[in-house]
Amino acid sequence: MIDSGQPTTEGDSDGRPHPDPATIAVEAVSLSFGELSVLEDISLTIEPGEFVGFVGPNGAGKTTLLRTISGALEPNAGTIAIDETDVHDLSSRASSRLVSVVPQDTSLSFSFPVRDVVEMGRHPHRSRFSSATPADREAVERALERTRTAELADRPIDEVSGGQRQRVVLARAIAQATPVMLLDEPTASLDVNHQVETLELVRELVDEGRTVIAAIHDLDLAARYCDRLVMLSDGAVARDGPPSTVLTGDALADSFEANAVVTRNPVTGTETVTALADDREVETDSTSRPNRVHVLGTGTAAAGVVARLTAAGIDVTVGPVSSGDAAAETARSLGVETIETAPFARLAAEDRAAAERLLREADVTVLADLVLGAGTQSLLEPLEATAEMVVVETRPLSERDFADADARARYNTCRERAVDSTLEGICDAVAEAATSGSDPRSTVDSIDADD
Amino acid sequence: MYRSARTTVWSAGLFVLLVAVVLASATLGPVRIDVVTVAMAMLNAAVVPVDVTITGTSLPILGISVPAPSLEYATVFSFDVPLTHQIIVEDIRLPRITLAATVGLALGAAGTVMQGFFRNPLADPSIIGVSSGAAAGAVAAIVFPGLIPFGSLHSSAFLGALATAFLVYAIATDGGRTPVATLLLAGVAIQTFLGAMISYMLVHSGDSLRQAVYWMMGHLNNSQWGDVGFALPITLVGILALCAFRRELNVLLLGEEDAHHLGVEVERTKLLLLVLASIVTAAGVAVAGVIGFVGLVVPHIMRLIVGPDHRILLPTSALAGASFLVATDTLARIGPAVVPVGIITAALGAPFFLFLLSRREVHSL
Repeated sequence: MIDSGQPTTEGDSDGRPHPDPATIAVEAVSLSFGELSVLEDISLTIEPGEFVGFVGPNGAGKTTLLRTISGALEPNAGTIAIDETDVHDLSSRASSRLVSVVPQDTSLSFSFPVRDVVEMGRHPHRSRFSSATPADREAVERALERTRTAELADRPIDEVSGGQRQRVVLARAIAQATPVMLLDEPTASLDVNHQVETLELVRELVDEGRTVIAAIHDLDLAARYCDRLVMLSDGAVARDGPPSTVLTGDALADSFEANAVVTRNPVTGTETVTALADDREVETDSTSRPNRVHVLGTGTAAAGVVARLTAAGIDVTVGPVSSGDAAAETARSLGVETIETAPFARLAAEDRAAAERLLREADVTVLADLVLGAGTQSLLEPLEATAEMVVVETRPLSERDFADADARARYNTCRERAVDSTLEGICDAVAEAATSGSDPRSTVDSIDADD
Repeated sequence: MYRSARTTVWSAGLFVLLVAVVLASATLGPVRIDVVTVAMAMLNAAVVPVDVTITGTSLPILGISVPAPSLEYATVFSFDVPLTHQIIVEDIRLPRITLAATVGLALGAAGTVMQGFFRNPLADPSIIGVSSGAAAGAVAAIVFPGLIPFGSLHSSAFLGALATAFLVYAIATDGGRTPVATLLLAGVAIQTFLGAMISYMLVHSGDSLRQAVYWMMGHLNNSQWGDVGFALPITLVGILALCAFRRELNVLLLGEEDAHHLGVEVERTKLLLLVLASIVTAAGVAVAGVIGFVGLVVPHIMRLIVGPDHRILLPTSALAGASFLVATDTLARIGPAVVPVGIITAALGAPFFLFLLSRREVHSL
């Protein structure tokens, strides 16, 4: 045996499935490729058993930071320590017992059987002349099962799909049984079901006591599975903390230069990011931009309108809307002033008064799949008094009409003088409606004349 | 379990093939000798050390006689074989066949290592200039016999080969790292330069031109047991050492960064592999000249048959290389005109390889 470098904090050399967790300390790390500075003075401490996601736009330095932590790249300044051992001082053998890596590019052009590739993960634990021990074999079989690649075990690695190959490389890292695992875009080439399956597995590995860092470009998945997100931007840490504090519209605007809305995913209950077309600048330049828009409606149409207008920087109010409606959820997660009512109830007097007030105060009112029913019927009167209106309809009226013929006629009258819009064009439509009325405040009495 | 059994079966099978090829080869030649006589003559030639005597006067060092051991050998078998046949087999055919097997072993093993190391299907044992260095050394020794202080053609070629490998490695190494692509390009550049040197020497070679050109074609004519004694120990030790790195060779196929993460000391392993493969190649090339194609094609053929796993590929390629070179050298020896074996290996190997290429896609590695 040539190697003598034994790690002081060795996690597991006997194939035990649960290595002791380790702390990763990144201290003032800077790195440049020639003139190009890629990482600038990054300091992070990652606690044992934490699942940290590196997020950020392309070129922010996620992969470079991972490769520096893994020991593949030597920083120009600063240190990386795992349990107080500098990773760059360790022999390959010692560091490979501490850290396993799932690289982004997993293309392998030779035809090793899948099982042999996974078995390479046992290399750090085997001496030169010994053959595989039962513990080695056990670790390999277990890793194959956990990644659901056992049925591929005898297939050549160059004949399985990209997604399968990625899971095989994950299996190799699991077989390596290290306390720290680094994954570079582990879900990049996976189908949606395998993305979730893979991250559930990584989550399990974390819960068993591994410390895991993953570069993940899918923000929703990162928010759903990571304990903590580190948002990198231009080689520096822009934000660091739990997903709910890192993924905010402002942070995304700063780091990604994106016009994005962060809402809560109703299915997972975690943050979900929706990027929208970036038309903030057009809006800001426009003098026609309304100060306040009131949204009246239901479902995804209303939710979409609220999200888009909020992202465009327009002050939005919503309601009345039944609590539990998609629009109510979206409005709440965006912090928009909302009149929420109990579902299936008649509109209470104070809610009606509040709605009237908001309709009056708004420069433009948007009707987004408004349901004509007991609750909204009483709002037709103030609506008739509203000048600037935009209508967004994704469902035919017949599906959401629970009122009498008179109400329907009054609604249609309102509808006819409104600006028609799609969900995507809502910002432009609102701007158009705002310019058409020279003085929204004084039009209450002139509606009939306008008609 | 399964794999090691497979390795054993394949290696044993190829060893049996090698013995069969050797026996068949020894029966062939201007004098036909039947296979039983050949086998008996070979066994007659086998010796084992039976006694160690310490003689008091053998090694005078600094004026003092140091006792030195001297081995006494005894023949094990004494079959009744006609003396001429015994001499033909033992002193003429067997040295040449053994040397062919040795060189084949060396080229097969070194070719496998180089292809794995460079992750390049075009790599062969002389990719970093070992053969060119050997040729330069040999041609210098042939053309300017007085100039080379260390005399023999073999040592001159061997040292030329190793010096070239060292030079290429030193050129390609920067800051403790030796990028494989740089190594490849430095090897090509040095080969080209040495090619020019060799051509220059050939222009001024005069009467020794034929000998020099003949050497460069690669041949095993007039092989002696002394050649075997030089090349075989180096080759066997080198191949055994390379076999200890079979798993590292596999892991290196994943790329150097992955290999590092899987516990391979990448730069040190690369240096060791290069040194061992170069020494093994140099030993073969020094005694036989530049024999092309064996080190390129035999590993590919074996990879088609047994797969890319070096644990089985390395020993089988070495054994297959030995059988291949013994067989082709037999053809070179018994043909109507004696030709250098290097011509036969290329002339037979290329079409066979093309045939394999057309039948099955060659795995890129």
